[in-house]
Amino acid sequence: MSFVLLGLALLAAEPAPPERVVHLTARRFTYSPETIEVEEGVPVVLELTSLDRDHGFTVPELGLRIDVEPGKTARVRFVPEKAGTFLFHCDIFCGTGHEEMAGQIVVAKRKEAGGGS
Amino acid sequence: MAQRTRREFLQLAGVSGIVFASGLLDACASAERPRAEPADDFYFVQLSDTHWGYKGPANPEAAVELPRAVELVNALPRPPDFVIFTGDLTHTTDDPAERRRRMAEFRAHATRLKVPGVRFMPGEHDASLDRGQVYEENFGPRSYTFDHKGVHFIALDNVSDPKGILGDEQIDWLARDLRQRPKETPIVVFTHRPLFDLKSDWDWTTGDGSRAIDVLHAHPHVTVFYGHIHQEHHQMTDHIAHHAARSLVFALPAPGSQPKRAPLPWDAAHPGRGLGFRDVDADPRGPDYQLREIALASEA
Repeated sequence: MSFVLLGLALLAAEPAPPERVVHLTARRFTYSPETIEVEEGVPVVLELTSLDRDHGFTVPELGLRIDVEPGKTARVRFVPEKAGTFLFHCDIFCGTGHEEMAGQIVVAKRKEAGGGS
Repeated sequence: MAQRTRREFLQLAGVSGIVFASGLLDACASAERPRAEPADDFYFVQLSDTHWGYKGPANPEAAVELPRAVELVNALPRPPDFVIFTGDLTHTTDDPAERRRRMAEFRAHATRLKVPGVRFMPGEHDASLDRGQVYEENFGPRSYTFDHKGVHFIALDNVSDPKGILGDEQIDWLARDLRQRPKETPIVVFTHRPLFDLKSDWDWTTGDGSRAIDVLHAHPHVTVFYGHIHQEHHQMTDHIAHHAARSLVFALPAPGSQPKRAPLPWDAAHPGRGLGFRDVDADPRGPDYQLREIALASEA
């Protein structure tokens, strides 16, 4: 009986997916990459560096915001909780193309574990 | 015969509450001028986002728009009590000498306004790269108050900090200023960016704007006029009305109407479409404000 319960517990406690690290660079007036594709429920660490001056990185719909300064790596961790497309932009005014400095995080629905045809 | 207020005059002229076409301005200019109005009824003009120095595909004729707006204001049937420019007077540049040149040229155009007073405010294009240094050299303080015919006006700076915030010091200053005002005083606030979250993922917000709104909230008669979004927009946050003005250089899309906040394409068949300014008829006794949108060119 106890073996059965242990087995059920192990099945229920699916291991957390490993963090995915995504590197971004910021420079006037672009981010690279401009589109970040992640998966629902899979933790993500964004590592941002600036190649020229102070920038901001904000994803208002996900409640994420961080300063991106030259010579430093800014890290922001999050777990995408729902599928969709979420816009990010620079929120530290950086010059004449500032308004175009933007991108998107595309969160795909999580693939079923062990799923197959 | 009873004296006729400007509002009554506009109603008689059949133009109250509608968008002016420039031809209508000419018609008004030739109509009978109203007699003197009660001292507490007045109007002002809001001009915004002139972006002097802009050169780009969103308006190949950018250099004609500010002089045209000055002409239209000077053609109003009666001069407004004052004109306020709510920011982005100039288009940004990395070169401080060029910024000074653009501000000097802008100022030269603004001085052609035949009105008793002209007031200015910075936008992020004027002030964010140098925290308002060149702006202040040309136009003075970035935030200030003044009183006019019973209305208390407050100009707030939410742009010279490049993060697009007001900052603790300015919010404290606002709170101290408001504590000195009787609750019933009509308050009009001018800002460049919206104080509320209009569309935060397009940066159409002020990072700490909700704190300013909280401070203003205690006063029952508050109206905010702002720019930044290059289009007419009206929204309430509880009892506080927020009105965005059109730009004088290019129009931006309605919030969320397209994937990016890129300017609306230039329409060579309708130059100036979507551009304009407004006049605001203020009756401090209500208080009550009537807004009239004035197009730079025919909207047909």
